[in-house]
Amino acid sequence: MNIHEYQAKDIFRRYGIPVPPGDVATTPDEAERIARAYGTGVVVKAQVHTGGRGKAGGVKLAKTPADARAAAQQIIGMQIKGLTVPKVLVTPAADIASEAYAGVIVDRGSKRAVFMVSPAGGIEIDEVAATMPDKIMQLAVDPRYGLLPFEATRLGFFLYKNGKLARDASKILRQLWQAFTGSGGSLAEINPLAVTTGGDLLALDAKMVIDDNELDRRPDIAALRDETAENPSELAARRANLTFIKLDGNVGCVVNGAGLAMATMDLVKYYGGEPANFLDIGGSSNPEKVINALRIITRDPNVKAILFNIFGGITRTDDVANGIVAATRDAPLNVPMVIRLTGTNEEIAVQILQEHGFSAMTDMDEAVQKAVRLATGGKAA
Amino acid sequence: MSIFIDRNTKLVVQGITGRDGSFHAKQMLEYGTCVVAGVTPGKGGQTFENKVPVFDTVADAVAATGANTSVIYVPPPFAADAMMEAADSGISLIVCITEGVPVLDMTRVYPYVQDRKARLIGPNCPGLITPGMSKVGIIPGRICTPGNVGVVSRSGTLTYEVVYQLTRAGIGQSTCVGIGGDPINGTSFIDCLEAFEADPDTKAVAMMGEIGGTDEQQAAEFVRAHMSKPVVGFIAGQTAPPGRRMGHAGAIISGSAGTAAEKVEAFKSAGMGVAQRPVDFVPLLKERL
Repeated sequence: MNIHEYQAKDIFRRYGIPVPPGDVATTPDEAERIARAYGTGVVVKAQVHTGGRGKAGGVKLAKTPADARAAAQQIIGMQIKGLTVPKVLVTPAADIASEAYAGVIVDRGSKRAVFMVSPAGGIEIDEVAATMPDKIMQLAVDPRYGLLPFEATRLGFFLYKNGKLARDASKILRQLWQAFTGSGGSLAEINPLAVTTGGDLLALDAKMVIDDNELDRRPDIAALRDETAENPSELAARRANLTFIKLDGNVGCVVNGAGLAMATMDLVKYYGGEPANFLDIGGSSNPEKVINALRIITRDPNVKAILFNIFGGITRTDDVANGIVAATRDAPLNVPMVIRLTGTNEEIAVQILQEHGFSAMTDMDEAVQKAVRLATGGKAA
Repeated sequence: MSIFIDRNTKLVVQGITGRDGSFHAKQMLEYGTCVVAGVTPGKGGQTFENKVPVFDTVADAVAATGANTSVIYVPPPFAADAMMEAADSGISLIVCITEGVPVLDMTRVYPYVQDRKARLIGPNCPGLITPGMSKVGIIPGRICTPGNVGVVSRSGTLTYEVVYQLTRAGIGQSTCVGIGGDPINGTSFIDCLEAFEADPDTKAVAMMGEIGGTDEQQAAEFVRAHMSKPVVGFIAGQTAPPGRRMGHAGAIISGSAGTAAEKVEAFKSAGMGVAQRPVDFVPLLKERL
C-alpha cells in the first residue's frame, strides 16, 4: 500500500526524525490560509501515489499566500501518470546547504532489509546507482539484531565527514529503522535528507510503502489508505477482493491465479490482440467474485471482448459458471464473451453454462485466439 | 526417483482442523500421501478422519510419529511461527501454503530455518507432488502423471496449466514443485535445478518464471555452468507494465530490472529452450527427451 508524503512524515515525526512542519489542503482556499499562517515562502506539493511529481509540475515554490493559492489551483485535480492529484501538502520553504539520500528496502536477493545511503541526494537513487555507484553505501540488516549502532555510525560517516552531522545522521537512520519495522514497511525513504544553512539535518521529503500483508495486524496504518488517490476501477476491484490492473487494450481478461493471468495476457498479445487488464479472481472463488469482475471489466469502454480463463484447482469451475450466469442475468453483456474452463467440477460447469445458452472451451490457445478475433473484428489471429 | 518427497515422506499437517487444512489433508490421504499427524494447539488427542492423530505441538507429533515433513495451512499472522516451530522440532522439509505472510516476518524465518538445516518451500506456494507417490500441498493430483520431466514454477495455476498440457501430450513428471510468488521464499529455482540434476529419474526440466527480481537470471547462469540435463523455460508477464505489482508480491518490474525480455535473453544465452506459450513446452521437451 502506498501512503502519501504527509502521512509518511507524520510517521517519521512520531519516531523522532526531524521533518519540516506542513499541512494538507484539498482546496486553493485552504492552501492560501495555510501559507498565510506560516508567514514565509512555502512549497506546494502534489500528494499522489507516483514518482516524478516535480517533473510533472506537481511541486511549486510559492513566495506569497496568493502564489500558494494559484499553485494549489493548478496542482489539485491535475493528472500525473494517469492518477488524479486529490490534495497538496503546503510546507515552509527551507534554505538548503546540501542534499543526501537515505533509504531502507526489503531486498529479495539477500532476503534481508537493506539500507542504502548516498551523499548525492535530491535525485532518483536509481540514477545515482547508474551514474556514480561508488557514491552509494549498502548495508544488509541482520534481522536477529536489527540495525546496530556501529552500523548506523558507519553509514552516517559515509554521508558526512563532519562528526556532528555524521552522528545526527546515524541517529536518524536508527529512527528510520524503527519507523520502517514499526509500520510494516517494504520501503522507507528520505530523499532529500537536507543539511539546512543553519547546519541541521531535515527530512525534506518522505516516502513509505507498506507491505499489504501487514495491514490486518496494523489497523492504524491500514487507516491511512486514501481511496481518493486510487484508480476507481482498481479501488472497486480491491473492495471486491480481486486484483485488477487496467491496461490499454480491448480484450478483457478474467483469470484465476497471478501467473496464469499474466500468461493469458501474454497469449492475447501473441495472437495479435491487446489485453485490457490484469484480473486475478484468486484461489477460492465464489459466484460473487465473478459478478464483480464482470462489472468492473464492462465499465471499460475499450473492452470489445471478454475472455475467461479458469483452471480449477481450489477454484471450483461450477462457482465461476454460476457467477457468469448470475452476472449476465442482471446485466446482459453488449460485448462477446469467450469462456475457457477446465479442472475441478468442469462437467457441472459446462452443463450450467449450456443450460443458459453459453458454450465453454477447454483449450487455452483456442479460446485466446477466438477472443482476439472477436475483439478485432476478425483482423488478427 | 523424485526430488524432496518420496515413499519415505512422513507428513504432519499444521492447521489440520482448519477449513483449508482439513480439506487438503483429506485430498492428500486420498492421493496416497503418508499423513502421520496433524497439529492444532488445543486439539491434541483428537483423531482426524478416524486415522490421523492430532497433537498440540509439532514436537509432540514428531516424537510420537517420526514425521519428517510438514505442510502449513495456518492463517498468515501465525504462519511465521508455524514455520519456525517446524524447523525447531526437527522437521527437515517444511512446505508453507499460506498466502499473505508479511515479508519482514520472512526476513526472520529464513535464517532461523537455515540455522536448523531444514528446507523451506514457499510461503504462498501450491506445494509439490511426485506423481503416483506422494503429494504435499494443493496441486490437483489428477492432472499429473508419472514420468521424467521435473517441473519448477513460481506460480500455482500456471503450473497446473503446463502440467495438464504435458500430461495430455503423454509427457509424465518426476516431481512438480511450486516455489511460490513472494519476494522472500525458502527454496529457489537453483535449489530445485540442483536437485533435478542429481535425480536419476529426471531427464529434463520445465521451468516457469515470471517478471520481477533476478532469480530466473541466476537460474539460467546455474543451468549454463552446472546442468547436463536440458531445461526449457517460460516467463510470464511480457505484457506487464513497469512499476505495477502483478498479483504476486514478487511480480513487479522496477526500473530496468526484472523484465521478461531480460529473463528470456538470459535463458537463451544459457542454451535453454524458451517456450513462448505454455503449449510450446510439449514440442520443446519432446525434442530434448
